[in-house]
Amino acid sequence: MSTTSYKDKIAARAAQEISEGKVVNFGIGIPTLIAKFLPPEVQFFVHAENGVLGMGGRCARGQEDRNLIDAGGAYVELVPGASFADSSVSFAMIRGGRLDVAFLGALEVSGKGDLANWIIPGKYAPGIGGAMEVAQKARRLVVVTNHNDRAGNPKIVEECTLPLTGKSCVDLIITEIAVMQPTRRGLLLLEIAEGVELEEVRQRTGTELLLPPEGPGRF
Amino acid sequence: MNKVCSLEEALSRVNPGDTVMVGGFGVPGTPFTLLDGLLKGGVNELTVVKNEANEDHMGISKLVEAGLVRKMITTHLGLNKTVIGMMNRGEVEVEFYPQGILAEKIRAGGAGLFGLLTDIGMDTELLSSTKQTMWFEGRELIVESALKGDVALLHAAKADRFGNLVYAKSAMNFNPVMATAATTVIAEVEEVVEIGDLDPEHVHTPGAFVDHVVLLEELSEEYGILEHHII
Repeated sequence: MSTTSYKDKIAARAAQEISEGKVVNFGIGIPTLIAKFLPPEVQFFVHAENGVLGMGGRCARGQEDRNLIDAGGAYVELVPGASFADSSVSFAMIRGGRLDVAFLGALEVSGKGDLANWIIPGKYAPGIGGAMEVAQKARRLVVVTNHNDRAGNPKIVEECTLPLTGKSCVDLIITEIAVMQPTRRGLLLLEIAEGVELEEVRQRTGTELLLPPEGPGRF
Repeated sequence: MNKVCSLEEALSRVNPGDTVMVGGFGVPGTPFTLLDGLLKGGVNELTVVKNEANEDHMGISKLVEAGLVRKMITTHLGLNKTVIGMMNRGEVEVEFYPQGILAEKIRAGGAGLFGLLTDIGMDTELLSSTKQTMWFEGRELIVESALKGDVALLHAAKADRFGNLVYAKSAMNFNPVMATAATTVIAEVEEVVEIGDLDPEHVHTPGAFVDHVVLLEELSEEYGILEHHII
């Protein structure tokens, strides 16, 4: 699969986790692709840490407003029903449990739902930003990531080796080949991508996979 | 009643060694003209509280690069390689907080409280091992002290002569909490109107919090549309 097509595969599956009226937060990377896979009639509200609720897509060239960006600095549009808040209120939405679902990328995620995505000691340490609060307090946290890193190592592991963003915080993991649910007993393989065999998923995953009684579905 | 004054008069309130709170999240809400004034004045040994360090060679970054900042209290430097490099070489001290916790530390400072209790980061050893914790109502929590500034530098769209402030869109961000938490509060504004001209329902920061208002003659170039943030 090309880079674009695997990212789109992940984003399209992730879009199914959003329904009418939901308050949603998208992290950087693959999460920013999810919204385009939702049908226009589904009304949902995208929260950005810098105090926007009801963010639309990125602006067409020439339509930029210097006072309206997302948390990564990109110029964005608003949807009807949008609102602005200061940083304190914006994070009250997060820590107060008003994010229905958040999508984050991962460096590592464990079968128990631990997430590491903010620091590689000695290499990459730009600061925590809002990730820790989103990971810990979103009502539902979906990790969207490629199944393996560039060297081919599993990103889904038995135990995270990197410092954690949050412990037991991940509700669902979506990759280009599988949809998995961390549970107390271990990682449950819910779905396998079309054209991929169970054995390949097993080989490319760094922790044991449990199978649902009816077997994994397809996506 | 008139809090409008010159840039020089307002910035004369900033002294070496001060803790300076600076509004803004990326470009929107960052008081670039006040920051350029500080740079020109060369006031040093500053502790700066800001969400991030702006991008390379912009705003706060210029002060850090000029060696005027001793310490940054911030949340994320991901868009600024220059300041990350200076941090890694020990040229500027950096203290990171989760973004909303930084906002709450400031809010507590402004609200006359002494600290707050939070579970954010409690189960991640990297954060909890460096923090004071306490048992409270049956669980262990991180104790965060309130944060106050000697000076707050803000950017608002509009002010009246009493200092009532109105922010634009996502340029609000940290400005309202910082307005409450510093001894001296200075706002650069794009427009000044007469007292009575702002609808009381539309005021974001009541004038009681604001000491000085500086009217911008022109917007700094950073407030242009940044090419690298366009698709």
